[in-house]
Amino acid sequence: MINVQKLTKYYGERAAISDISFDVHTGEILGFLGPNGAGKTTTMRILAGFMPADKGTAKVAGFDVMTQSLEARRNVGYLPEMVPLYPDITVADYLDFMARLRGVSGKRKAARTAEVMEVCHIRDVADKHIGKLSKGYKQRVGLAQALIHDPKVLILDEPTTGLDPKQINETRQTIKRLGGDHTVILSTHILPEVSMTCNRVVIISEGKVAAVDTPENLTRRLTGSERIEMEIRGQKGSVTNCLRAVDGVVGVEINEQNGRQRYLVECKSGVDIRAQLAAAVVRGNFELLQLNTVGMSLEEIFLKLTTKEDVAA
Amino acid sequence: MRNILTLSEKELRSYFASPMAYIVTAAFLVVAGWIFAFVLINSRQATMQDSFQGMAIIMLLVSPVLAMRLLAEEQRTGTIELLLTSPVRDFEVVLGKFLASLALFIVMLGFTLYYVFLLTRLGNPDAGPILAGYLGMVLAGAAFLAIGLLYSSLTSNQVIAAFLTIVTLLVLLWFDALSSSFSPSISAVTGYLSLTRHLSDLPRGIIDTKDIVYFLSLIVACLFMTVRSLETRRWR
Ligand SMILES: Nc1ncnc2c1ncn2[C@@H]1O[C@H](COP(=O)(O)OP(=O)(O)OP(=O)(O)O)[C@@H](O)[C@H]1O
Ligand SMILES: [Mg+2]
Repeated sequence: MINVQKLTKYYGERAAISDISFDVHTGEILGFLGPNGAGKTTTMRILAGFMPADKGTAKVAGFDVMTQSLEARRNVGYLPEMVPLYPDITVADYLDFMARLRGVSGKRKAARTAEVMEVCHIRDVADKHIGKLSKGYKQRVGLAQALIHDPKVLILDEPTTGLDPKQINETRQTIKRLGGDHTVILSTHILPEVSMTCNRVVIISEGKVAAVDTPENLTRRLTGSERIEMEIRGQKGSVTNCLRAVDGVVGVEINEQNGRQRYLVECKSGVDIRAQLAAAVVRGNFELLQLNTVGMSLEEIFLKLTTKEDVAA
Repeated sequence: MRNILTLSEKELRSYFASPMAYIVTAAFLVVAGWIFAFVLINSRQATMQDSFQGMAIIMLLVSPVLAMRLLAEEQRTGTIELLLTSPVRDFEVVLGKFLASLALFIVMLGFTLYYVFLLTRLGNPDAGPILAGYLGMVLAGAAFLAIGLLYSSLTSNQVIAAFLTIVTLLVLLWFDALSSSFSPSISAVTGYLSLTRHLSDLPRGIIDTKDIVYFLSLIVACLFMTVRSLETRRWR
């Protein structure tokens, strides 16, 4: 439903994101996790059609966000990070305006407005001016406008920041219920948030994808693992299977550079399995060219994330 | 088309949500009324010609104020992000905003028809020059607003947008006086660009296509540049 390939965006000389690639499947809730300044907002703005990338492509609901921008935008509901709303009109007028801008009219407009007010719990403030609402209610109105045209894809940039714990919980429940019918991509720098709401996580750091995995696997990887880099000559699939079979291996990633195959083997921490890995490679009749342990880049990223709920709330 | 109307309607709602629209309208009518009375008492003629000239001067100050908010405020508050990620084209955004300000301006101008009504009670004014004069006022107002909208798209600061608009309008106004001090070829250009020249014929009842083309091209050029400015803002 969302397909991002080698997306790169420069601000002046500096690349805010470089070579970001990932997919989001239909009905999935994907967490976009990364510390401040990682490039989450930049990526989401490109996906929402607010600005173009300098390199790479992004497709949303089958439409290229740059060459078929209008069609792509029709299928997207977007909640920007700062939740910019017009302060001088009422919630009902605002939703009416947004509905019409997104091509929802007549009976369907009334039905949709009623539904999003219900889903986002904003019926009681319908006639209030947006400028007079609390941060939590503004956030809900922001979510409501993203949902008003019942888009296939939802792009939510830090949907829970600035809310109190009760509201955070409510918002997460709402988002969870939206998965399935909608494809959701939500950004956050709060680790527990992704485990609670997302099916899959893309971790980005300093503008690059650091890992793509399920929240469970990531938690396992976080709770202690080591990485070993191996250069092996041999058929890729069989090498990977051979390495996976070794006791203590959590995951294997292939890095191909200039025709040299490097395997990043992630294993449980505390046990040194370098000898077992080497033995397995030899047993499989592959050629082991290099083997060394590498720094735990993933953990470094995790250290920068907010891992405790109370800090965020 | 529907998007343009949706955007215009929302913009008009915003105009009347703040006291600004009321204050500007009131100020315009008070000053225009004062000029009308002054002209009438001094000339004792049932014509609007001089009143139109006076109104044009007030419009130089009023239209920048009407236009300054249109795009600058969207950029300052960030609401432009949701506007530009909605399935609307950039020219629809620009036209929606422009037409809203023009509608407000025309309503404002409509109130001055009361002066014309007074004239018909006091004398026997000639309808031709008055109609042509109003055509001129609408064209000039639309051009001023288009210039204002262009500046509003270039900055997120309303005051800067209004200031630059007024400066630009004054420069256009003074081109006429300036042109005498330039060489003939340059003064032909500045003379053509001069607002004063194009504003003087219509209230006298002379409908010259050159004047109409001047205002229309000013409007189209400014709106076009505003669309481009939105596009580059998006693509930056
Ligand atoms: N308009 C801009 N002009 C210049 N640099 C920018 C601009 N917007 C973002 N950046 C830079 O690009 C990088 C990525 O920013 P981005 O806002 O995408 O990060 P983020 O992951 O959303 O961070 P946060 O968690 O703080 O919201 C940052 O280093 C930031 O300073
Ligand atoms: Mg951000």
